[in-house]
Amino acid sequence: MALDSKTEARKFKIVGTRPLRPDGIDKVTGRARFGADMSAPGMLVGLILRSPHPHARIRSIDTTRAESMEGVHAVVTRADFPAFVEDEALADVLDNCMAGEKALYDGHAVAAVAATSGAVARAALKLIEVEYELLAHVTDVDEAMRPDAPALHEDRADETVPAGMSDNVMARHEFGHGDIDAGFAKADRVLERGYRTEATHQGYIEPHACLATFGSDGQADLWCCTQGHYMVRNTCAAILGMEQGRLRVTASEIGGGFGGKTTVFLEPVALMLSKKAGRPVKMVMGRAEVFRATGPTASSSIDVRIGMAKDGRITAGFAELRYQGGAYPGSPVDMGSMSAFAPYDLEHVKTVGWDVVTNRPKQAAYRAPGAPMAAFAVESAIDELARELGLDPLEVRLKNAAREGTRASYGPTFPAIGLEATLRKAKDHPHWSAPLGPNQGRGVACGFWFNFGGDTCVSLNITPDGTVTVSEGNPDIGGSRASMSMMAAEELGIPYEKVRTIIADTGALGQNDVTDGSRVTFAVGLATIEAARAAKREMCKRAARIWEIEEDAVVWEDGAARPAGPNAGKHPPMSLAEIAAVATNTGGPIAGHCEVNAEGAGVSFATHMVDTEVDPETGAVKILRYTVFQDAGKAVHPAYVEGQFQGGAVQGIGWALNEEYIYGEDGRLQNAGFLDYRIPVASDLPMIDTVILEIPNPGHPYGVRGVGETSIVPPLAAVANAVSHAAGVRLTHLPISPPRLLAAIGAK
Amino acid sequence: MSRIHVTTTINGEAAEFLCDAGETLLDVLRDRLGLTGSKEGCGTGDCGACSVVLDGRLVCACLVLGAEAEGRTVGTIEGMTTGEALHPLQRKFLEHAALQCGICTPGFLVAAKALLERTPDPTEEEARYWLAGNLCRCTGYDKIIRAVLDAAAEMREAH
Ligand code: FES
Ligand code: FES
Repeated sequence: MALDSKTEARKFKIVGTRPLRPDGIDKVTGRARFGADMSAPGMLVGLILRSPHPHARIRSIDTTRAESMEGVHAVVTRADFPAFVEDEALADVLDNCMAGEKALYDGHAVAAVAATSGAVARAALKLIEVEYELLAHVTDVDEAMRPDAPALHEDRADETVPAGMSDNVMARHEFGHGDIDAGFAKADRVLERGYRTEATHQGYIEPHACLATFGSDGQADLWCCTQGHYMVRNTCAAILGMEQGRLRVTASEIGGGFGGKTTVFLEPVALMLSKKAGRPVKMVMGRAEVFRATGPTASSSIDVRIGMAKDGRITAGFAELRYQGGAYPGSPVDMGSMSAFAPYDLEHVKTVGWDVVTNRPKQAAYRAPGAPMAAFAVESAIDELARELGLDPLEVRLKNAAREGTRASYGPTFPAIGLEATLRKAKDHPHWSAPLGPNQGRGVACGFWFNFGGDTCVSLNITPDGTVTVSEGNPDIGGSRASMSMMAAEELGIPYEKVRTIIADTGALGQNDVTDGSRVTFAVGLATIEAARAAKREMCKRAARIWEIEEDAVVWEDGAARPAGPNAGKHPPMSLAEIAAVATNTGGPIAGHCEVNAEGAGVSFATHMVDTEVDPETGAVKILRYTVFQDAGKAVHPAYVEGQFQGGAVQGIGWALNEEYIYGEDGRLQNAGFLDYRIPVASDLPMIDTVILEIPNPGHPYGVRGVGETSIVPPLAAVANAVSHAAGVRLTHLPISPPRLLAAIGAK
Repeated sequence: MSRIHVTTTINGEAAEFLCDAGETLLDVLRDRLGLTGSKEGCGTGDCGACSVVLDGRLVCACLVLGAEAEGRTVGTIEGMTTGEALHPLQRKFLEHAALQCGICTPGFLVAAKALLERTPDPTEEEARYWLAGNLCRCTGYDKIIRAVLDAAAEMREAH
């Protein structure tokens, strides 16, 4: 994709303003339709039977009594799905949606029913008889790595895993450069410490939901809340053994995802139930199911060793990261290992990551997957070293900060990046010099995220009356329709209100990657701008035809085609609406489109600063003040950029202080509800201040970088550093819940 | 199973429905009456996405039985606009970008309206504690609180 070298000089008219979002009225009036808000004539209700055991062989499933119950129209088990799915990762997805030989965690789906009502379906579930052979289980990452740990799978480790390790170790990753031993030899001080983080859930407020209709002609329609309906189509088609083109998926409005809706749970089951029943089937998860069987992120156990010279220069960094990602391979330890030291310009650095399986639900991506825990470990260690050497923690980070030209710890060389800018801004901010009271502490930390681009299609159509519709294929999870409309309007030179952006179903566009990797404003934005440019070229062509001059004698400026150049002649400019009005006579409808595998997503860095107060009696921590400094490249709609900063910070605060999956000795999840899995509420928090920095991304025509994920990377460490200073004891195990903090204070 | 016949008032209009004895008001609103603006985030009273007003009192519709609506008045998000005019809270939520995904928004709006009816001039702390029963996972609450306080200020001026 061609780069726009004038990125920095550009003056924007619409980009950078804060117009109202196009889906706003629907969302404040209750009209917006989310996953569970759709129904169909003759619709059945589908429910899932889940294993109560963390690890068990499924000897048999008897569904006859359930099937013969009045009102039950279909029962499915794994036997209804194709016996073989070629792609290993997709085979795992199927096994996660419906257990095969073994139930691998508490909550694993083993059967499903479709019935005329929820009450009938619930009664039918009770009539399904599953004979289990209980097996020993393991839910802790370090225990799962012991050679004698109960094994979930046999012979699934990839070739990177040395012989003799536990069968639960699936892969080993290594990154870095230089010679860390030489680096440590140069250090004045070497710190070695172990850290742990517990598994957290994305905690989207909307449970998974879908409505499936499978026709007897083999064509199917699916409505669901997802971060990527093209992914849903491709995954379901593979799992069900059908052609992708025969399944049309429409994305509902989505009530949060944060990575947790980048895979499927209910969708293939609903399709199969509908196929068997011959009627539409709606499935909606309850909250306990969401906790037990979807999402969570990995828990981690990390050892860090960092060497520092007296002046704060990091001479070497090493980290060994162990992540359990639930019952299947694929924990984000690779990305944790890549991102752990990414903010720093290090001569000698190495990370080793171990991907481990346990009897827990299959992890799903959670906002910057893998990075927050790694940053927690490394940023805590840097903070501790800075303290010990009597150095300013922001100065230490500035001294080591990655810059343009730095060879990143995970390989590539950075182009223009904004870490240094966030650190300088943080140093100059009044927050940094504000006084603290007793039992209060201030923490800072940096964070990094890669950001992605990927497959993207946009179709931009000009209507006969001169309004514009943009069709894109990425569910709008936080205002992206507004951003696309803004970029299209900016490029075309027309008012924002003249553009309407819609999310097209899978039948309308080519492949679109999932709304993840902070890719949408970057990649779909880029494709929207390119589609608008294509439409402009076409409109210039039409004007040339009308004026009977050469095509290249027409330019598009300020929303109109204008003659340009010596031989163009004098013609009054033709606006988009004027050209659209006569399109029939100049060649037919006008559109622009762009299909691209977008590259050049710029990485994004942030620095977070937080003040906390510790109650030494109860172990409770209060967040007093919080400021986010992050590089957005170019903030298209600053209010939604701020929202991403604030939302990520608060999720990180929850991860640092409260949220954790708690398993009993029996391997069952003990807190599968919002009462016991406590996410931050309004009264826990102050305002979250934000400072947007704009260091343009050279890979995007307007300089945009993804912003959605970086914001959850620094808060774990920032909060832990602040609490450690307030309590006078280093906290190395998240969440810092009151019992854990009291124990640490007691052990001082 | 015989069903219960319920006569009630929803958003100022007479309504009737049949429901099972164990059915929640939330199920009735969503599945029998097509009022899907109230959301189910948990079904256990922990998230506030199902917030409605029952005889003037803010409740979680997931914790009320449909049959309990008999002879009472129910207010839902669908009743918040008058004609085309948005309630000031709805407008301020849009202006402040107080929603990202929007699934929590109906619950917050219903709860915030109940707050401002009792406390027209809430402090930030009062607003935060009143809304502590409404979970939002997207916004970190900052813009929601600002929108509520701004709407309160505007409504006071209008009086
Ligand atoms: S659905 Fe009623 S409180 Fe969550
Ligand atoms: S805006 Fe998504 S939960 Fe509040």
